[in-house]
Amino acid sequence: MGEKKIIPIGPYHPLQEEPELFKLYCEGEIVRDIKWETGYNHRGIEKLSEQKTFDQVFFLVERICGICSTSHPFAFANAMEEIAGIEVPDRAKYIRTIIAELERIHSHLLWVGLAGHFLGYNTVFMWAWKYREPVLDLFEMITGNRNSYAMFKIGGVRRDITGDQIREIGKVMPVIKKKTDLLAGAVMDDPVIHARTKGVGVLTREDIAGYAAVGPTARASGVAIDIRRDDPYAAYPLVNWKVITAEAGDVFAKAEVRLLEMYESVAIIEQCLEKMKKEKEGETGVQVREIPEGMGTGRAEAPRGEVFHFVVTDGSNSPVRHKIRAPSYVNIATFKKSCVGQTIADATISLAAVDPCYCCTERMAVAYDRQSGRKLYDGHEIIGISQNKSDIIREGNI
Amino acid sequence: MKIEELTDTLKAGFEKDLLRVERHGERRLSVHIAPAAIVNVARFMHVHLKLRFIIASAMHTRKGMEILYHFSDDSSGNVINVQVVLDEKNPEIESLTGIFVAADWIEREMHELFGISFLNHPNLEKLLSEGNWAEGVHPYRKDK
Repeated sequence: MGEKKIIPIGPYHPLQEEPELFKLYCEGEIVRDIKWETGYNHRGIEKLSEQKTFDQVFFLVERICGICSTSHPFAFANAMEEIAGIEVPDRAKYIRTIIAELERIHSHLLWVGLAGHFLGYNTVFMWAWKYREPVLDLFEMITGNRNSYAMFKIGGVRRDITGDQIREIGKVMPVIKKKTDLLAGAVMDDPVIHARTKGVGVLTREDIAGYAAVGPTARASGVAIDIRRDDPYAAYPLVNWKVITAEAGDVFAKAEVRLLEMYESVAIIEQCLEKMKKEKEGETGVQVREIPEGMGTGRAEAPRGEVFHFVVTDGSNSPVRHKIRAPSYVNIATFKKSCVGQTIADATISLAAVDPCYCCTERMAVAYDRQSGRKLYDGHEIIGISQNKSDIIREGNI
Repeated sequence: MKIEELTDTLKAGFEKDLLRVERHGERRLSVHIAPAAIVNVARFMHVHLKLRFIIASAMHTRKGMEILYHFSDDSSGNVINVQVVLDEKNPEIESLTGIFVAADWIEREMHELFGISFLNHPNLEKLLSEGNWAEGVHPYRKDK
């Protein structure tokens, strides 16, 4: 037996869409230990939030994650409404739920595609990303954006979904269902996928409890936790759906849970659309004049698991403290368990299995020179740099 | 477990260390305890009551450094905040990593951003700013 060799993955690596450094300590082909460095994406969002008004915070937290961009505003809205004691109108609840579930579908499709890509099964990658497009088109139709939809505000939503749009969404749902069938077939019945993912990256119930993992990562190990059911919010208690779980805890079980969840999301959306069609019109929000002093806990089930926002207010118009915990923060730590003892080839899919999101995990763009302790840039300078760049682009010099 | 039942259980188990209990809304509870009792209370929450540790939030307030440990009871949707106040000049508290691994990262983060020491933490290194911030700079404190 020789010494351990270090295989680095990152900070910039074709395998990952985001910067993160993993060091695999290997003996031959086997990973014996794993260490990581984080912080490449830390933007100090919790601190920035204390300098924004409540209305601005929505746009800030929406930019924590580029994929599940509605889960953070959702949890923040839940926290603020808890402090102010606001009951959201039914129509706003349905719209919120539709947006969150459409997002879950496109996020899970993205993951299925990436998982296929990591395994070298690029057909799945191409299909999944192709069928994600109709969902993004729906978002563009409803909100004007393919991502970062700016739909949430305290007490409701910023835009209604009109009758035409309801019909349009209704038309796309069967297409998504059909394409999910196709993808489920391509993944669940493929012997190569079975060979590559079954028994790989196993997490037991005890691991889930110790690491406090959430979302599909926990549900694939038989831990049936889902904030949508456990701490009900928005329209989830008003429609029928079920929490999907699997027992094996391996990569295959995680894929299975995500694929089956997409059917549930379609079912939730269809029920919400039906109810909206019946009511035709309704308020999409309530007027909120003041936010009292207090503290609020907002939770929402993002595609990757529970998003947790804790907000303390003092009667002014911005938070005193705003703590954010994204699901990947607890899920990524499980790598120590799922990768050690695996081969290098299996380690990559085990890393991908929790659907890690690094921009969520590290939420200052202030850099200090270590020797002199001098600030290299402060917040105003960074905004200035950004504005200059926009001017150059506008003048067509790039 | 209902929130009233939980309050009674905690009151019975930690009579001396329990300073105050506050209820916010239907499914939210804050329990103020003496910092010395944190390990016992956290173990009771995690091992006995089977609650899930969500995360901890540190706050720099007029009272000092406050930490809220958030626990989730997934069977009822309750969130229980265990709240401690630490001395502002020399904030230190026992680490919870011996009870659940999930406390590892967040304690490192609070150490880095607020300068709180976690006793008996296996690896209290910087989590986010490795090599980028000057020593002794804790950006989330409200010093100025």
